[in-house]
Amino acid sequence: MTGTPAIEGPDEAETLAGVESEAERARGKGPSSPGREPPERARSMWSDAWHDLRRNPVFLIAGLLIAFLVLISVWPGLIASRDPLSCRLGRSLDASSAGHWFGFDTQGCDVYTRVVYGARTSVTVGVCATLGVAVLGSVLGGLAGFFGGVWDAVLSRLTDIFFGIPMILGGLVFLSMTGSRSVWTVVAFIVLLGWPQVARIARGSVITAKQNDYVLAARALGAGNARMMTRHILPNAIAPVIVTATIALGTYIALEATLSFLGVGLQPPTVSWGADISAASQGMQFRNAPHILLYPAAALSLTVLAFIMLGDAVRDALDPKLR
Amino acid sequence: MGRYVVRRLLQMVPVFIGTTFLIFVMVYAVGDPVNAMFGDRAPDPATAAQLRAEFNLDKPLWQQYGLYMGKIFSGDFGNAFNGQPVTELMATAFPLTIRLTLVAVVIEIIVGLVLGVLTGLRRGRPVDSGVLMLTLVVISVPTFVTGTVFQYLLGVRWGLIAPAVSPAAPLGQLLLPGLVLALVSLAYVTRLTRTSIAENSRADYVRTAVAKGLPRRRVTVRHLLRNSLIPVVTFLGTDVGTLMAGALVTERIFNIHGVGFQLWQGIVRQNSPTVVGFVTVLVIVFLLANLLVDLLYAVLDPRIRYV
Repeated sequence: MTGTPAIEGPDEAETLAGVESEAERARGKGPSSPGREPPERARSMWSDAWHDLRRNPVFLIAGLLIAFLVLISVWPGLIASRDPLSCRLGRSLDASSAGHWFGFDTQGCDVYTRVVYGARTSVTVGVCATLGVAVLGSVLGGLAGFFGGVWDAVLSRLTDIFFGIPMILGGLVFLSMTGSRSVWTVVAFIVLLGWPQVARIARGSVITAKQNDYVLAARALGAGNARMMTRHILPNAIAPVIVTATIALGTYIALEATLSFLGVGLQPPTVSWGADISAASQGMQFRNAPHILLYPAAALSLTVLAFIMLGDAVRDALDPKLR
Repeated sequence: MGRYVVRRLLQMVPVFIGTTFLIFVMVYAVGDPVNAMFGDRAPDPATAAQLRAEFNLDKPLWQQYGLYMGKIFSGDFGNAFNGQPVTELMATAFPLTIRLTLVAVVIEIIVGLVLGVLTGLRRGRPVDSGVLMLTLVVISVPTFVTGTVFQYLLGVRWGLIAPAVSPAAPLGQLLLPGLVLALVSLAYVTRLTRTSIAENSRADYVRTAVAKGLPRRRVTVRHLLRNSLIPVVTFLGTDVGTLMAGALVTERIFNIHGVGFQLWQGIVRQNSPTVVGFVTVLVIVFLLANLLVDLLYAVLDPRIRYV
């Protein structure tokens, strides 16, 4: 296992990117269909990808949705004028009315306001966890792939160990042991268990990039490790990491909501869609007031969908094999 | 092949030790099982010390871990909060969860493969784009959302099924929880099969099979599908982890007293033997599933040979 050059092991198929790369690997490296030749005018992979993205309706829809989500996460007051924490039990489970479009939940809080403020939590967790995972994973995985040897062996075993713990299972065990949990506890947990996924990808793509002729040429010309890494390997190895991270963003948002639903995620006063859905399904309170379940559920699903669509579009644009 | 199996089993050992140790440290280093036993009251120091000695809690962590693992391999998982051996809990919980997971896997394979073959053979047509978009939506909706919404719609609103599963959990009642559990993986199976089929349908051996006059159906099932199954099988193996995690959620929603339920009880009551015991078994299942996939590879693709 240590001797194989490429990242192997089936457990990397946990994300969309992983799944697709699995399929590609299975196709074999045989006579690959050349596809359309790239245009003569030399265009960098990035401007090429951007060119494709701008014409992809999936990307445009996802981009608009995400722009809106980010906007209301930063300024929720733009579309919600109330306080998500001001609740009156007298209005418990009241149906929607003028000014309170989504009705009230069990505690008598305005569901619309809570749905709007929930976006901030989800986006914060998703973006911060993804950044943490991407940075930590690509640094550790990249260094292991670049230097090889003992570093690499240790890191590979470490990723194997972390892959043995499914995220939700780990969350149940780890997070339940911590007393009070904020957004940052959840982010830290996701980074702790999530980095090996990116590390594997980064390691594999650095090993592939390292064997390229231009990298060997740079080495022959006397480039140092730092220059090789930043100027030659990084630009050519970062694309798979970006794809994995983008798709992971959506799944991390779903993970936070799932953990909150299970009662080991975010706690009040933090407004979380997952916690609200959990409250709605406690003792099936949604039986007579479906609005307390359906609105947060719709908001959560739409948010995850937007980020997964974005990841899908970015993958299509950055992976030339699929063109 | 035999040597390969042995080597893979040996490689599993450090991973198993690492994973279980990580969980052991988390449970025992962060929580205090003795204090938890007494609830809100402060324990009598002498009793607490006696209990600590009895459960080896006064020894260094690595020694505790060694003693615990020694016990586990002799079949002693300790006692749950009510004094019942953890192994007894497992004996009632695991069959339920396994049944639920099997229902999910069967749904996932049948529906996923059928959809995947249909769309893979019609790449770029409306059916294909429609199903592809649908899978994206299905992947995006978290399991607990589909679970609660289905429970509301089918169980409460339309009254088609019982909203909660009875303790005996007959197969009929597990169909909906199984479907909920299967949905996300089903979407992945569909996508994988589609990509794989679309790629292989242009292969030489398919053209040969068609040219020698085999019926379309036989070409698809015996030649094309069989060769396209390899990535799907890999996925199913790694999916065991996702399904286990999903089962925790699904069991919670539909009130199934399986592994998820027991694990949850252990966590709420801070009963470390239950938590560590169940998680250890789950980790073993996960590692074995991965090994099985690697071996299946060789069976499905004779070009892969292990030495």
